[in-house]
Amino acid sequence: MSVVPVEVLPGGALAVEERAGAPAALGPRARLWPSLGAVYRAQLSRARVARIPLLFVATFQSIGIMILMRGVVDGGAEAQAVVAGSAVLVVAFVALNLLAQYFGQLRASGGLDHYATLPVPPAAVVLGAAGAYASFTVPGTVVTAVFGCVLFGLPLGNLWVLVAVIPLAGAALAGLGAALGLLAPRPELATLLGQLGMSAALLLGVLPPERLPGVVGFARDLLPSTYGVEAFARTFGSDPDWAFVLGDLAVCAGVGVASLAVATWAYRRAAVR
Amino acid sequence: MRANDAVGLEVRRGEIFGLLGPNGAGKSTLVRQLTGLMRPDDGTVEILGHDIVRHPERAARILAYLGQESTALDDLTVSLAAETTGRLRGLDVRRARDERDAVLEELGLTALAPRPIRKLSGGQRRLACFAAALVGERPLLVLDEPTTGMDPVARRAVWAAVDRRRAEHGTTVLLVTHNVIEAETVLDRVAVLDQGRVIACDTPGGLKEKVAGEVRVELVWRERAPLDVPEVAALRSRALESGRRWTLRLAPEEARAVVATVTGGAAFVALDDFTLATPSLEDVYLALGGDAQGLVKA
Repeated sequence: MSVVPVEVLPGGALAVEERAGAPAALGPRARLWPSLGAVYRAQLSRARVARIPLLFVATFQSIGIMILMRGVVDGGAEAQAVVAGSAVLVVAFVALNLLAQYFGQLRASGGLDHYATLPVPPAAVVLGAAGAYASFTVPGTVVTAVFGCVLFGLPLGNLWVLVAVIPLAGAALAGLGAALGLLAPRPELATLLGQLGMSAALLLGVLPPERLPGVVGFARDLLPSTYGVEAFARTFGSDPDWAFVLGDLAVCAGVGVASLAVATWAYRRAAVR
Repeated sequence: MRANDAVGLEVRRGEIFGLLGPNGAGKSTLVRQLTGLMRPDDGTVEILGHDIVRHPERAARILAYLGQESTALDDLTVSLAAETTGRLRGLDVRRARDERDAVLEELGLTALAPRPIRKLSGGQRRLACFAAALVGERPLLVLDEPTTGMDPVARRAVWAAVDRRRAEHGTTVLLVTHNVIEAETVLDRVAVLDQGRVIACDTPGGLKEKVAGEVRVELVWRERAPLDVPEVAALRSRALESGRRWTLRLAPEEARAVVATVTGGAAFVALDDFTLATPSLEDVYLALGGDAQGLVKA
């Protein structure tokens, strides 16, 4: 094995002494948007390797629930709630549950060290991953919504609202998932919290609200996915009240900003111990 | 609990400096403090003129770190792992791709570029992570057991890449290892760590001079040591026993006498194998009072 001895290096050992006083030039800092884009792209590529089976699971789960509910629910407001709830459940499964697991495992295995030793803003890592997980939900959510509309005979005309529902509900749930994953002291706990969050979104989102008892109804109001479900459900009506739709989406956006800020703080805390 | 205590080290620019010690010696803690991942309770860390305790965020702009874990990169292809890491070191898309291509070519990874890192063998995975560490040139490379699991070809690629950067840019390398053979061949200087303390710091040659007057004798018995032979029984207190194997560090004339004893008479019947060797860094480590379990010879 050949190793260049110090003496033959350009500059040599003396030069080292001479230069010792001058601090080395710092490398560039990675700026927020380019590095967010790089993290997003890298995370999105993981779908090809690791995520596709789970995306199918998310979609099949929601479609299965709608088929089950078809026997109980005839149509009208209840059918709208079931279809909207099942579609947003795909977002909860991937963005909340899987992202909580991902960050929990990354933190426990020391994988965060990779990012923490790169000059990248914490927000870029969290937002890039959250954005990618929200994007993973697009095909499943669309398939579920279309299938549900056909199954329950709902109009397909206003499905374009998913363009707003998916990113905003995605931001709220992915932020929550990232924060849970990064704050949980153990990866099993992150998985558990993610699963619980998804179960809550399932029970409180898919079951029609009129049939829920009072306390459970209150819990439903606290869950961010509820506002995504309601915004989506309102658009099935013949004359939707768009102000309420916007109001629900604004709640999602607000929760998204807050939870992503908490997740960024949690990342910073988890990265440097 | 203190993982390390009063560690005082100075690494010179452009040298390959090693931290040698078994698992749990405090190497990783020291590296975490150097890379800004952990704040020391007290003391200072200065890298190339920058105070890392006061400005931990500067560490990421001075050094490239290859940790032992690859979970952040596992699901990416070799190519995307290298490119993304370069982007996150502040390179624009074009430079990140150019450097990625150059580094993958240099390390002989071009053919593996489209493969996900998770699907590679342990050594190839390590090499892919090393490639990512090299994209976006840094004056200091901190490499935590970079060659674990690598075949000789990959090892040679790693050390050739390190040599090239040292010759062309005066890159400094801090290498964490528990591989004594590698430490002897690639390091300019080495600090030996044991239980969070530096027990010695010198060139590998300088360290070996500390035990230059000694020879290592290894005796492997067929079943058990023939303690009924008085000369063998007398040696027992000085031997490090590990199953059927005895390791002794002796003065050359003593070693000659021991070899004469065990290769003749009753002791020879019980002897399976023996070796005589000049001291290695492992012997230095033992002579300094370290516990050699956990050191690797490969």
